[in-house]
Amino acid sequence: MTIDKVTSGLGSPIEFRLDPASGVPTHLQLVQQVEHAMRLGYLKPGDQLPKVRDAVASLAINPNTVLKAYRELEIKGLATGRPGQGTFITATLSQATLPELTRLRRSLLGWLATADAAGLDEDGIVALFTSGLRDFRERRGGGERQGAASGETEGVA
Amino acid sequence: MNVIETNALGKRYGNTWALRDCSLAIPDGHVVALVGPNGAGKTTLLNLMVGLAAPTAGVVTVLGGRPAGSPAALDGIAFVAQDTPLYRNLSAADMLHLSRNLNRRFDERYAKARLGELGIPLQQTAGSMSGGQQAQLALTLALARRPQLLVLDEPMAMLDPLARHDFMATVMTAIADDGVSVLLSSHVLAELERVADYLVLLSDGSVQVSGEVDDLLASHQVLTGPAAEAGAYAQRLNVVHVRRGEAQAHLLVRTDGTTAPMPPGWEAHPVSLEELTLAYMRDPSAAALPGPARIPVEARN
Repeated sequence: MTIDKVTSGLGSPIEFRLDPASGVPTHLQLVQQVEHAMRLGYLKPGDQLPKVRDAVASLAINPNTVLKAYRELEIKGLATGRPGQGTFITATLSQATLPELTRLRRSLLGWLATADAAGLDEDGIVALFTSGLRDFRERRGGGERQGAASGETEGVA
Repeated sequence: MNVIETNALGKRYGNTWALRDCSLAIPDGHVVALVGPNGAGKTTLLNLMVGLAAPTAGVVTVLGGRPAGSPAALDGIAFVAQDTPLYRNLSAADMLHLSRNLNRRFDERYAKARLGELGIPLQQTAGSMSGGQQAQLALTLALARRPQLLVLDEPMAMLDPLARHDFMATVMTAIADDGVSVLLSSHVLAELERVADYLVLLSDGSVQVSGEVDDLLASHQVLTGPAAEAGAYAQRLNVVHVRRGEAQAHLLVRTDGTTAPMPPGWEAHPVSLEELTLAYMRDPSAAALPGPARIPVEARN
């Protein structure tokens, strides 16, 4: 096995990848990867996104595509461009620190094992989780919703 | 500025028109994919643009109105022909020497640095290089001329996937660094889909589709519904291509941004660039061209 040196990671904690089979337009894939990394705590305010030239050189994509993705992140209020330096994260999407997220993930995995042992398949688990999330939201009083900054709307009753 | 402008451009070889009534106005700053089936006239159009052939009819100018083939035009254009022609017995160093002396502007320092990054030894002869290295050498010689427009004819046909990726990465980096406009031809759209933001589709010697990729995708959709109603519904639409099964039909339509209410039982889906291109290729009578307003006044007279 060889591990590619992450050349474009010199200034940025993340490295982009592309999934040609996903059917998601390239610039949206980049936007989603940044949001995902922010939600999981890999990207914090002040962190630099990969430089346009580095992203272009490693993915062999049109620079306009990267610029379009960064513009969209700016419009969403998640990042800002500093002339001559690059684009930097200015918002936060994660509500917990990385160790906290790791703990939460571990307890979720425990719950998933219990659900599996009880005979639920993946669809059953997703259905149960979604309905549980809906109950939780209603009990907390409707309107309030996490992740609003990302424009995430799936599962809203 | 338009990097390429043609008006009623035509080229005839003997009795055969290889290209006919071709009018284009391509703004700068784009990566243009020139696609079309084999024999559609891609290479003819490229040769006219770079001045390797003279038009039988019409006009072609580049880089803001410079007549194709004129010294001013040649200064700003670099062209890599099909199969990346190189002198097989010359070394990379000889080829740099030759290019430096044949061109008014040639950035030898850039060329040497680039070949170093690629791990291509200067003493090696072109004939002993891999296909990927040959393509990279030809591309390096072209970029070292510091062009404003880089024209590549079927640049990746002979390359394996890794060499293809590296080749394209070099081209895209040149865009990021110097803002060069790029025109690539291919009969395989898939290899250009990731990079192109402007599409020109040629078929049978004519321009069938021309426009920015985002605009083209936004102005087309696929409508799916009962096959029995498809004929009547299609009457009211600008249909590019129909695929009909026993019960269900798919209509690829041009909407031009207007969304009329759909009859019950029909649903609309966005279209991919490949789907759109194939649909037009299958129906050569359909066309998606910008209005005449896009062609500047001086080109029309």
